[in-house]
Amino acid sequence: MSPLAAFAAGLVFGIGLLLSGMADPGKVKGFLDLAGAWDPSLALVMGGAVLVGFFAFRFAGRRARTFLGHALELPSSRDIDLRLVGGSVVFGVGWGLAGFCPGPALVSFGAGEEKAATFVAAMLIGMLLHTAAERLIHEPRRRSSG
Amino acid sequence: MTIDWVHFTPWASFAGGLLIGVAAAMLLLLNGRVAGISGIVGGLLAPRRHDLGWGGAFVLGLLAAPALWRLAGGALEMRIDSGFATLAAAGLLVGVGTSYGSGCTSGHGVCGVSRLSPRSLLATAAFMLAGFATVFVARHVLA
Repeated sequence: MSPLAAFAAGLVFGIGLLLSGMADPGKVKGFLDLAGAWDPSLALVMGGAVLVGFFAFRFAGRRARTFLGHALELPSSRDIDLRLVGGSVVFGVGWGLAGFCPGPALVSFGAGEEKAATFVAAMLIGMLLHTAAERLIHEPRRRSSG
Repeated sequence: MTIDWVHFTPWASFAGGLLIGVAAAMLLLLNGRVAGISGIVGGLLAPRRHDLGWGGAFVLGLLAAPALWRLAGGALEMRIDSGFATLAAAGLLVGVGTSYGSGCTSGHGVCGVSRLSPRSLLATAAFMLAGFATVFVARHVLA
C-alpha cells in the first residue's frame, strides 16, 4: 500500500466534505429535516460523488491491479441480513441525532472542535464494544471443556 | 414540504461531491481499496500489520483537510447544536451501527452505491430513512 496516495486521497476527501457542506452538522440536519425547511444540498453531494464513483468502479472492474501495482480489494460479502439492516438503522439514528457521520466528524475534529472530539471518542468506543461483543460470542470458551 | 432556498448550495455541494468521488477513485485506482471511513477507522483499532500504514495515512489526510482549507481562504462553518451528552450517545450509536452494518455514508452511500451493490443500496436506504425519522422525532415530535 502507498501511504502517500492514501494521505492525498484523505486530504481530497476532507476538502470535498468541507466544500460540500457535509462537515457542517447544521446543514446535514437541514437535509434530514424533510418536514421543516428542507435543504436539498446533500442530495447533490451524493449525486456528484456517485457520478465519479460509478465510472471509477467500472474502470477498476476491468483491471487486475492498480496504477501503483497493488491488488484490487473489493468487498465480497453478498449477505443481506439483520446485522446489515439493523446496524445501518442504528447508525442512521446516531447520524440524525448529531448530524455527524464518521468522515465529517474526523474533519471537524481535525479543525479543533471539542464537540467533534467527544463524538469521535464515543464512536471509537462503540467500535471497540462491537469487537468485544463479537469476540465474546465467537471465541470458544477456554475453560468450558475443562 | 418547503425548500430552504437560503441555505441551499447546489454548486458547492455538487462540486464537493465530485471531489469526494475523485478521492474514492484515487484510493481505489492507486491503492486498490474502498474508501469506507468507518471501516478504515475500525481497521486502525484492530490493525493487521499491512493495514496500519495506508489507513492511518488516509485518516491523517482527513484530519489535515481543515488546515489546508483555511490556508486556501475557506470559511469553516460547523454548527454543532447538540450538547456533549447527545454527541456522546450519537457517537456510540454510529460506532456500533457502522460496525454491525459494515459501513457508513462513504463505504455504503458513496462507494457501494457506485458499485450498485445490493447490500449497500439497502444499507443506504436504511440509514437515510433512520436519519429522516430521527430528525423528524427530535424536531417535530419531542421539541
